[in-house]
Amino acid sequence: MTSQAVGIVAAAARTRRLPRPGRGTLVVLGLAAVLAYLAAYPLAMLILGTFGVDGEISKGFTLDNFANAYGSGRTFTLFENSLIYAGGVGLLALTLGTGLAWIVERTNTPYRRAFFALSIVPIIIPGIVSTIAWIFLLSGRIGLISKAISTVFGLSEAPFTIYSMPGMIWAEGLHLSPLVFLLMTAAFQSMDPSLEESALMSGASTLHTLRRVTLPVLAPALASSALIMAIRGLESFEVPRLIGTPADIPVFTGEIYRALHGTSADYGEAGALSMTLMVVTLIGIVAYQRLISRSERFATITGKAYRPRQIDIGRWRYVTFAGLLLYVILLVGLPFLALVFVSLLPYYAPDLSLLEKASMANYTKTIGWYGVQRGVMNSVLLGAIAATLVTMLTAVVAWIITKTKLRGRGLLDALAFIPITIPGMVLGVALILQYLSPAFRIIPIYGTLWILVICYLIRYMPYGMRANSSAMVQLHRELEEAGSAAGGSWLTTFRRVTMPLLRPALVASWLYIFIVSVRELGASVLLTNQDTIVLAVTIFEQYEVGQLGMVASLSVMLIVSLVVVVAVIQRVSSRFGVRQEA
Amino acid sequence: MLVVDQLHKTFTTDRGGVRAVRGVSFTVEEGRFYTLLGPSGCGKTTTLRSIAGLERPESGTISIGDKVVSGNGSFVPPHQRDIGMVFQSYAIWPHMSVFQNAAFPLESAKPRPSKAEIKRAVEEALTLVGLEGLESRPAPQLSGGQQQRLALARALVRRPRLLLLDEPLSNLDAKLRERMRIELRELQRKLRITTVYVTHDQAEALFLSHSIAVMHDGAIVQEGGPREIYREPASGFAADFVGSGTFLAGEVTSGGITALGGMVRCTLPTDLKPGEKALLVLRPENVVVRGAPEHRPNEFTGKLEIAAFLGDHLDCIVSIGDVLVRARAHPSISLRRGQDVFVEFPVEHCVAMRDDGWRPRALQRTFEEDEA
Ligand SMILES: Nc1ncnc2c1ncn2[C@@H]1O[C@H](COP(=O)(O)OP(=O)(O)O)[C@@H](O)[C@H]1O
Ligand SMILES: [Mg+2]
Repeated sequence: MTSQAVGIVAAAARTRRLPRPGRGTLVVLGLAAVLAYLAAYPLAMLILGTFGVDGEISKGFTLDNFANAYGSGRTFTLFENSLIYAGGVGLLALTLGTGLAWIVERTNTPYRRAFFALSIVPIIIPGIVSTIAWIFLLSGRIGLISKAISTVFGLSEAPFTIYSMPGMIWAEGLHLSPLVFLLMTAAFQSMDPSLEESALMSGASTLHTLRRVTLPVLAPALASSALIMAIRGLESFEVPRLIGTPADIPVFTGEIYRALHGTSADYGEAGALSMTLMVVTLIGIVAYQRLISRSERFATITGKAYRPRQIDIGRWRYVTFAGLLLYVILLVGLPFLALVFVSLLPYYAPDLSLLEKASMANYTKTIGWYGVQRGVMNSVLLGAIAATLVTMLTAVVAWIITKTKLRGRGLLDALAFIPITIPGMVLGVALILQYLSPAFRIIPIYGTLWILVICYLIRYMPYGMRANSSAMVQLHRELEEAGSAAGGSWLTTFRRVTMPLLRPALVASWLYIFIVSVRELGASVLLTNQDTIVLAVTIFEQYEVGQLGMVASLSVMLIVSLVVVVAVIQRVSSRFGVRQEA
Repeated sequence: MLVVDQLHKTFTTDRGGVRAVRGVSFTVEEGRFYTLLGPSGCGKTTTLRSIAGLERPESGTISIGDKVVSGNGSFVPPHQRDIGMVFQSYAIWPHMSVFQNAAFPLESAKPRPSKAEIKRAVEEALTLVGLEGLESRPAPQLSGGQQQRLALARALVRRPRLLLLDEPLSNLDAKLRERMRIELRELQRKLRITTVYVTHDQAEALFLSHSIAVMHDGAIVQEGGPREIYREPASGFAADFVGSGTFLAGEVTSGGITALGGMVRCTLPTDLKPGEKALLVLRPENVVVRGAPEHRPNEFTGKLEIAAFLGDHLDCIVSIGDVLVRARAHPSISLRRGQDVFVEFPVEHCVAMRDDGWRPRALQRTFEEDEA
């Protein structure tokens, strides 16, 4: 017993020395170099490129790129559109998501628990798919809903179309609203229900309580959710390209794509537009961070889980139930049905009688097409590689940040955080500028799958960091110290104690990064070619060339397989006892 | 006046139904302080929340004054019940100032009083709880004790018919808790507001209340004034929960029970016949410990196992045979651990009850969990 205690003390003294100062610093420096190369270098290339002739600073300094990007009369429209679009998306997503969260968390609406399943919708329906589905439903002449309405009311054309600013806001805002739902249910759950109950006991009605207590208390959470959705909307590519461009409503991402895929690719102009988009995003993110820290000072989000308390809303609960149902129909039901409908037709028209000619022809054609096969193979391969690399890299970095006192770990944290501020499409532009520049001829990965690996690695690093560091913060220091006290070396302890304890978090983060990589479009669309095409880009390109049947059948198959993957994840995470994070 | 009659409430959970309250009935006279006392999970909060209208009981009636607020097919929503309530977490709104917090009940009232009236009433309420001068302070900057006072002011500001308090002192540190206890008692006695108080702390209940209801497993097992509850517990559970003591179980003989290797004289309930099982609970302050025998009735010889000096008294544990008896002796008495002592149970303090099989969980009393 005593000798054992002595052994522990001695071993603890030994661990104090580990990692040795020199070696630890070297590791930090090495990692910092890797992170800087991944995250900071492309940004620097982007900034330099924007001021260079043809996007290359080596060819000389110029401001022409900004002139090209903003010189025309469109500049004002571009900013105006982008702000209206982002604001509208934020507001719509916030209203829908918060309303739903309130109904599910705070009222006695029947079957409300079942609607928690909504939280997986953003995972199973990629943005490109939902955007295309809503075009099928709402486009002026050929939209299914539009057609139905104009028939019922005897109009020659529906009074609204998806090809408008409200249409764009609708498609993106609806798509993002489940994320707000997730954020706000969490906020409701960590808000002490007696704050609301004491308002009721003070004589305030349910509505008065909602207005005077619930919403003000949640104000920081509300504002930050709206902001993050606005940023997401601004960064997204699908709606601006597929709806904004044909409707001649330019928004940043759509314009960047146009600059690169116009008559001739203008890297300089794309760079200038990207810079601006990034600055706007950065402002949003800074504002978001400040809001979050303010809400922590507000101390309403206690992190404590409260026993849920429902307000009895009487007959209104049938109204709220109908609201929930309508939302599910809009979010999942109609888009999915529209896709299934289109996928079964030999050619597309908003005409139900076409169903007589329904067949699985599109499916057989899609499955048999080599473009799809290659896209699927590339997507799965890239997703797996990216998920593995991100998880491994961020596990080590997160461990150093949360568990050691090594100097320079603050720098690692900052570097790993940078990619959060880079919209996908901007990252694509930056990587093009970097790997096409003369200095990088020695690393000829442009046009190969490797540039996509690097892209996803950069893009999803912050996700991996968040998952890993929150898991590691929860991991008690003593567990590891006991490992080294028992005589294990640093590496043995990390491998035998730390890693197994973190496995659930690692598995969840791997699967999550796998899925988001497979769905990535904004950067991939700029970085892929015929050989390196990925699934999301296949859908996008086939849509652009009008292969609607193939697009629809591919989308349906993608949704179904994502449902399967998510079901597996839920199995895995419940077995490992982790909560899934979206 | 508050009348609760045959209240029942079952919660449906993933693991089936929880019968939180089963047939609770009681009456609180106008202006009285009534306490629901019991261990964690016995249904106190659920009862209180049903009175408030925050839970919907599945049966039973609740009336405030002469108005039925729940039961008989009617249900008055909480905001129309004219009740002030203080929550365990205080539930001070963090986005409002002290004044705004206290003014809220008046601003929600219909018809809404004038600005001047609101100001006057809020100032009066804040003065009542000793928060005058802090009107403009943002609520999150208040200390725990101040939040507690503000919650009380907010509950009182519109002079409700009924005041409900759910473990309001349990989040305060010991010193502050004692002070607030005194202030709360004085406040209630001064305002004469009908009050229902929920606690798991027997000392709080004894100190504050006109009447106490001891609850166990969703039902009231005994009701009475503080003295009665403490001195004449009606069951083993009540005796165990309201104070500490030694449990002596034995068979009824004439004039006492068989215990401690002999007979202990005590008063017996009339319905207990010789040969039946009875239980005698001895409060430590009613057990006399001496160094020399006085040859009085109910005197036993034992060995002093522990004598711990606690300032105002000496906490003794004496073994008589294999039974450990707890006693409270005067601190000046000079006794040494391990010596033989003489223990007397004065007959006037010995009242036995029917043995319901309840035995104290010794020193491992369960305390209220964090969430109540
Ligand atoms: N909303 C609820 N859902 C499910 N069970 C509950 C709920 N509220 C209370 N209970 C259960 O009812 C019982 C009584 O709870 P409560 O009234 O809070 O007890 P107390 O306040 O005396 O500690 C406990 O077993 C508790 O777990
Ligand atoms: Mg309680």
